[in-house]
Amino acid sequence: MGHHDEYQVQRGKILTKPFFILLALVLIGFGLIAYRFIAGVGAVTGLSDGYPWGIWIAYDVATGTAFACGGYALALMIYIMNRWKYHPLIRSALLTSVFGYCLAGFSVMVDLGRYWNAYSFFLPTRWQPNSIMFEVALCVMTYSMVLIIEFLPAILYTLEHTKWRWLWDAALRFSPRLLAGDGALPAGLTSVNKVAGTVQVRLNKVLIFFIVLGITLPSMHQSSLGSMMIIAGEKLHPLWQTGFLPLLFLINCIFIGYATVMFESIVSSYSFKRAYEVHEISGIAKIVPIVAGLWMAVRFGDLIWRGQIPAIFAFDRNSFFFLLEVVLIGGGAFMLLFRKNRLSPRMLFVSGAILMLGGGLFRFNVYLIGFDPGAGWSYFPSVAEFMITVGIIALEILGYLVFVKIFPVMPNPKKHFADEVEDEAGVPVGDMLPGRVFVGK
Amino acid sequence: MKSTSRRDFLKIMGFTGAACLAGAGPLCAATGREGDENTAIGMLYDATKCVGCKACMSACKRANFDQNNLSYEHLATDDDKLWDAPKDLSGDTRTIIKLYKESDTRFSYVKHSCMHCTKPACVSACPVKAMTKDPVTGVVSYNKNICIGCRYCQVACPYNIPRFQWSKAIPQMVKCDFCKETNLKTNGLPACSETCPVGAITFGRRKDLLDEAHRRIAKTPDLYVHKVYGEKEAGGANHLYLAAFPFEKLGLPVLPEESPAALSEHIQHTIYKGFIAPVALYSVLCAVAMKNKKDQEKLGHGEEE
Ligand code: SF4
Ligand code: SF4
Repeated sequence: MGHHDEYQVQRGKILTKPFFILLALVLIGFGLIAYRFIAGVGAVTGLSDGYPWGIWIAYDVATGTAFACGGYALALMIYIMNRWKYHPLIRSALLTSVFGYCLAGFSVMVDLGRYWNAYSFFLPTRWQPNSIMFEVALCVMTYSMVLIIEFLPAILYTLEHTKWRWLWDAALRFSPRLLAGDGALPAGLTSVNKVAGTVQVRLNKVLIFFIVLGITLPSMHQSSLGSMMIIAGEKLHPLWQTGFLPLLFLINCIFIGYATVMFESIVSSYSFKRAYEVHEISGIAKIVPIVAGLWMAVRFGDLIWRGQIPAIFAFDRNSFFFLLEVVLIGGGAFMLLFRKNRLSPRMLFVSGAILMLGGGLFRFNVYLIGFDPGAGWSYFPSVAEFMITVGIIALEILGYLVFVKIFPVMPNPKKHFADEVEDEAGVPVGDMLPGRVFVGK
Repeated sequence: MKSTSRRDFLKIMGFTGAACLAGAGPLCAATGREGDENTAIGMLYDATKCVGCKACMSACKRANFDQNNLSYEHLATDDDKLWDAPKDLSGDTRTIIKLYKESDTRFSYVKHSCMHCTKPACVSACPVKAMTKDPVTGVVSYNKNICIGCRYCQVACPYNIPRFQWSKAIPQMVKCDFCKETNLKTNGLPACSETCPVGAITFGRRKDLLDEAHRRIAKTPDLYVHKVYGEKEAGGANHLYLAAFPFEKLGLPVLPEESPAALSEHIQHTIYKGFIAPVALYSVLCAVAMKNKKDQEKLGHGEEE
């Protein structure tokens, strides 16, 4: 840490076409969320007393937080396994995690029927420590805070170095005459720079304790997300109902985390026209088959031990989804066994996507597809319910797109790609900041 | 493992350790009986006596309709505002009489409502103590003033009993609480059992009800399925059933004797016992990360930059 030019701001306009498309989706989603608060949960969802949890929990929370485990999985690798060459990737992974977790928390608030009582989590007299949801909720709330703290250096760095040019430009737009003077920086703004600098130094000293907390907490709540469904007992199909759910969820989020880092790195390199970070992510890709293999071993070991092998070949709906889950995870991991694939951006992208799909499907199976409350109940998400989830995902991507253009998040290519050095023409980072929004070029 | 480096040690800690903890659960979980059998109160519903008049249903609604008690229900009527005939339990209906018809001459009514489990999954699931079990009477009741509406109790309950008011902006859960704040308080027994014209619902101490149920089976063995439903299901329940048909045909699920709550709590408690494991994990990780960071900084600048 401390070497700031490890990261850089992604230069470019913020108000792009994808920005507006995503914004439209976000607005639709939030309109529907507003409607949910007026008309009740039932008015916008396909939920019922048999299926009290739908995609808001199965995707936004159970799967979304796994997709947001890139920061966790990478921190594990860097700080615990001592692989510092991955350090340049951590901020973009952390950023994905911040959005993933905060928005998972947000969608829980949309899902809660009596959300105004949620302050109960802060009253120790109401704590119910036997409840696995209680543990998950506290852990996820704390972890979201920790993630924000972990991301703080990027924000502070920007605050420290900004010359407030964007503020100037904005002000000029609205009232050119107001600023007709010498354009000197008001003292208040300079002191913000100074304070940010001081805080940053202090934070750096203790950051490691937060980073380790950021490794401990997901280990706890990701496994507990698995424990959550144990209490569903007979309602969850035996292909998924096992005492090993916590362990399976824990391993699962680690390989999903790495897959997300791979996926996200390729996608953002592609869309920002940066060189692919093949060197780093191929190293990560090497670990994935080991973790996924371990998961498979536990998965099948458990099924054999519980005598559930026949259920795999029942060729009903459950066995179909089980096979799909195993084929996706196994297939994605298998691809990465080959060095050639690990060096190909295309293959890294494909396998990353497959592993996210497969790993996510496992969680979906546990929370929804393998869940059967008995005869007469069925669930399929309503359009509105689906659009709310889409809106939340769109907000995640939108936030990411905007943040990388304001804060130093992306790895600095200078360190890896000599031909792009001219980008570093000595322009202070602060001056390339959101000013571009208003300048327009 | 090839070597016993620090990394491998951690892998073992993280993975195998968790495996042992998680795996130990199903092997040695207790059956999870709780509460005092002698003071617990309950109901015995004898389906062979029930005539399907549904008087208990309307009595339940009357007793619990908006009386400033902890949970109230609104009477749903048909278009003529004449008669409330719900199809199932709901956010308005705590108990219901259903009909199982095998043929025109062989049929049985069955009453559905909260089982008041001995080791209730809903209580174990609820993160905020909105579902509680009275340690003396064994009554499982609900407090809407605490509930956050997460519906985990619905996911957990093996009988799908708690219901949510889906169409309300300010909803709550609804389930039977033995008229704890209403009829039980005023008249000493739940409204349904007070109202039943044929004595199909007996109210009393669980122990006595269980004896009575076995006595009835012994007296007229041809009439009953030889089993008291609720005696052992999912750790046992304070609401007991007698019937002439296999209980699963009456919509009562076949369940193992172990409460799902007992298993889930056992696993969670094994992992988090005394909070030792998380703290230990944090300390070990801290030590490792600090050392790695220091090493890195020593090497650091020359090589990294
Ligand atoms: S039947 Fe369901 S709601 Fe009633 S006590 Fe048992 S678990 Fe709770
Ligand atoms: S819905 Fe209410 S009663 Fe049910 S588990 Fe959640 S907080 Fe508890």
